[in-house]
Amino acid sequence: MSDSTALRDLPAYEAARGEADHPHSAVARFGADTPLPLDAGGVLTPFQIAYQTYGTLNAARSNAILLCHALSGDQHAANVHPVTGKPGWWETLVGPGKPIDTERFFVIASNVLGGCLGTTGPSSTNPATGQPYGLDLPVVTIRDMVRAQAMLIDHLGIEKLLAVVGGSMGGMQVLQWAASYPERVFAAMPIATAARHSAQNIAFHEVGRQAVMADPEWRGGRYLQEGTSPRRGLSVARMAAHITYMSDSSLHRKFGRRLQDRDGHTFSFDADFQVESYLRHQGEAFVDRFDANSYLYVTRAMDYFDLAADYGGVLANAFKGSKTRFCLVSFTSDWLFTTADSRAIVHALNASGAQVSFAEIESDKGHDSFLLDEPEFSAITRGFIDAAARAVGAL
Amino acid sequence: MTPRDLTMSEAARVAGARVDLLLIAEMVRPGSRVLDVGSGDGELLELLATTRGCDARGIELSREGVNAGVARGLPIIQGDADVDLADYPDNSFDYVILSQTIQATRRPKWVLEQMLRVGTHAIVSFPNFGFWRMRLDLLLNGRMPSTENLPYSWHDTPNIHFCTIRDFVALVEEVGAQIDRAAALNGYGHPVRFNLPWAVWNLLGEQAVFLLSRKG
Repeated sequence: MSDSTALRDLPAYEAARGEADHPHSAVARFGADTPLPLDAGGVLTPFQIAYQTYGTLNAARSNAILLCHALSGDQHAANVHPVTGKPGWWETLVGPGKPIDTERFFVIASNVLGGCLGTTGPSSTNPATGQPYGLDLPVVTIRDMVRAQAMLIDHLGIEKLLAVVGGSMGGMQVLQWAASYPERVFAAMPIATAARHSAQNIAFHEVGRQAVMADPEWRGGRYLQEGTSPRRGLSVARMAAHITYMSDSSLHRKFGRRLQDRDGHTFSFDADFQVESYLRHQGEAFVDRFDANSYLYVTRAMDYFDLAADYGGVLANAFKGSKTRFCLVSFTSDWLFTTADSRAIVHALNASGAQVSFAEIESDKGHDSFLLDEPEFSAITRGFIDAAARAVGAL
Repeated sequence: MTPRDLTMSEAARVAGARVDLLLIAEMVRPGSRVLDVGSGDGELLELLATTRGCDARGIELSREGVNAGVARGLPIIQGDADVDLADYPDNSFDYVILSQTIQATRRPKWVLEQMLRVGTHAIVSFPNFGFWRMRLDLLLNGRMPSTENLPYSWHDTPNIHFCTIRDFVALVEEVGAQIDRAAALNGYGHPVRFNLPWAVWNLLGEQAVFLLSRKG
């Protein structure tokens, strides 16, 4: 955590910045002999992947499950977060005795390429300059992220994953895994996701990026070098995005029109309403743990995702002859990645003859449902993972 | 029906499986690819996977059924047979099964045609509205029959397209399919064992199971 001397007045942010090069995680380093080819052209070398593991790899190496995180997630799926001190983002689902049972499975979670918690991303030090990459890092794609993850899985000596599981952008990675490495994935669980990012979702991302870039402290992406931080811009981006992760009914249930610590309207632009206060808090908390340029890179990767486009425009061709078994899950109130998006994937999988389960879970909590305690979702995850483990003799 | 089949039926009946499902399972070649349309929570899928070694998958409309089945590790898709069968390629399954569901579809003829397109064989089981007790009920009481298996009242039932065995045979002819096998179960759940005319089956069979294939 020594290379962020300009940010001493932002201790939380400095802690997050420190994670970029020297994370509180295991790190796999890939040198000049193992460059990462990028969709944007050229290669990334050297690069590193920060990852957490839970549980023990069995002798047959057949019980490994890879978790893929979403846009604002990281590798700290089932442990206390080193920056925020909060529980892991998927402790509802992952842990001892949980549906993804770390007493029986070897669970791997890695930070995505372009991220900011220890895998090479725009806040990492560019070895060519000794400065943070900033916008000098090539734009990365979901396929690049998955290519990097496959190198990590090689590094861990695992030939075939029992399962790859993830929601939202994590679900995109799961689909990409199944398409790129069908022989390395026994079971795939893409949750609350889509095979391509919709125009509406690209539009939301663009609002977020513009908010970041409109912040004068962004400094053309060189804020780390210049000792500033586009906190307001990133915070607004997060506030806008957070609305899309919830639903009208869950916002109403949580906040209604209730006022924040006051008896009446102040006739000002203070956060009179609880929902305003909540969003401001969400924005602030996010800025403490997330890098603004990473936000640009990772949202861009999602925007570029269109799996069918890589297969002649026919999604079914992405899964042709696949032996992987799939379980898709959507949530009724998710308007960001709808049931129709999941169904389109199911149709393609049916057309390709793959074995597929699909369940729609009733929930009014919107897109974020996959991160929350939804008993039916947990039961389905457990059933699907256990059946896969039985089928490969890993139970 | 061969004696060996019946032995298996009796054995499995003790284990608790429904007789109509056992009849269906016996019609399915071991190790084949099966799509069960209206699979509920997957009772038949499990039976086919465990006793016949089939690659058996389901479509089910009710969220509860799907979620219960998937939680047991069964491959079931939440979907509507009246629409979703169109998404499956030709000949993608050896058997497409519609068990106690045809009477609840909006377009029974279309569904049957799709089944015979998607599968090499189709198996359909349904409650027979020509069963003598149904006829007697309507004759004596003058009200729509309601039985132990079909307890719904007429205005609150998912079963919108009831038919008799003879009606179904007529539909099979209309879609140009052939009947490879047929079985009826009487009011006690026993197979109507002898090769009797349809009119008799139509009277004695409380449920019927048909194995169909495309003509030619």
